[in-house]
Amino acid sequence: MMTYFLCLVLFCVGLYAIVRKRNIIKIIIGIVICEYAVNLFLVLFAYKINGRSPLYSPDQEITTMADPLPQALALTSIVIGLATTALLVGMAIRLYEKYGTFDITKINHLKG
Amino acid sequence: MKVKSKSNDKGMSLIVKTITRILVGLILIYGIYIILYGHISPGGGFAGGFIVALSYILFMLAFGKEEILKRIPQKMISIFESLGAIMFLVIALLGFTGGYFFSNWLPKGVPFKFLSAGTIPISNIALALLEVSLGLFGIFLVLVLLKFAPKKISQTDGEGE
Amino acid sequence: MIEVNLLLIFIIIGALVAINVKDLLSAVVAVGVSGLGLCITFLTLKAPDLAITQLVVEILCLVILIRATTREDLPFSRSGRWLFNTLATFVFLAIFLYAGYQALNSLPIFGNPTMRVSEFYLTEGRLKTHAVNLVSAINLNFRAYDTLGEATVLFAAAIGVMTIMRKKSRKKIEERDESEK
Repeated sequence: MMTYFLCLVLFCVGLYAIVRKRNIIKIIIGIVICEYAVNLFLVLFAYKINGRSPLYSPDQEITTMADPLPQALALTSIVIGLATTALLVGMAIRLYEKYGTFDITKINHLKG
Repeated sequence: MKVKSKSNDKGMSLIVKTITRILVGLILIYGIYIILYGHISPGGGFAGGFIVALSYILFMLAFGKEEILKRIPQKMISIFESLGAIMFLVIALLGFTGGYFFSNWLPKGVPFKFLSAGTIPISNIALALLEVSLGLFGIFLVLVLLKFAPKKISQTDGEGE
Repeated sequence: MIEVNLLLIFIIIGALVAINVKDLLSAVVAVGVSGLGLCITFLTLKAPDLAITQLVVEILCLVILIRATTREDLPFSRSGRWLFNTLATFVFLAIFLYAGYQALNSLPIFGNPTMRVSEFYLTEGRLKTHAVNLVSAINLNFRAYDTLGEATVLFAAAIGVMTIMRKKSRKKIEERDESEK
């Protein structure tokens, strides 16, 4: 229970950075932290006490294993997180070239 | 300004270059091992593809960007990306020979042997091609797009003070 | 599971440092620290595939982010309705945490997952695919549709990156800069 709640707190830290910071790089950092929290929650949900990692062994029968399905989903989500981060950084740098600043309150002209 | 940036592009000192020359091959082999043994041990196409991409990042950081642009041009990475996606789809479509989309149509072999698990190792290779190209696109984003950034940063800092 | 709690507190401290420190390079390094802590947590939670992938992705992410940093963060804004905005943010976060806490009560206890779907994969996975690594078997055989969708997303992201960094638009910007001079 405590572990799930700490994971939620981590998500809130990322959310605070997204809502309250002005620098685009800080906002990207907040999004990255939110991704960490979501992946961590999926893996926490899959953990089994005294379980082993989802790999078969050649010589013995393994009865308790961690849940492999959330782990597979989290693996997909980690890779997509990297792709979105690269795209966000690219957009941020294009904005910097155009406006000369990372401040989102000063980037307010929408026309090209 | 121009001379300074050019000397930066040529890379780091001789020690770093020599050690990099030894290490890049080992990292590449490790990544390929992780890809090929993804169905028997932890790892697989996702992790192995990024390890291969990271070996190229190390090469880029040590030798500068001209060298890596000479060895793998941008068109080749596009071809890699398309090849990975098409390979994955073709494996899925060939599943119709066994009955349905994404069925495991190859002979399955014995578990814990290298040639086992049907289509899974081939799918791992296809995914690894996708990941390698994504990582290299990340590098090129850093390389090509950020060329003018340091000059502008120094300008704005001067204005701020 | 005291070690998981300790590792989580370590990650939270790293995240707090990352969003509060003034130097942007330090912020990126702090995010890297918290990502490496996440990698160790995955290893503790019996997910070695995820640990390897997280380690590699973290380093790649760090290299991309470091190149995008300027030297200093922007100062905290005290213009407009900053007091109201900050208060509203904290009230929202408090409500969010309370609602999340209530929702977490209905989850199964930590360490006892309800494996209704996974039971099938655990018993039949080795017989049907002959693969030893179950995560690989699920990703590429049982649930390959998910991976196909993921490949589509990756392809779209790569096309997006290519669109952002193509040379034509950069040339246009240079021309405009020159004409302005």
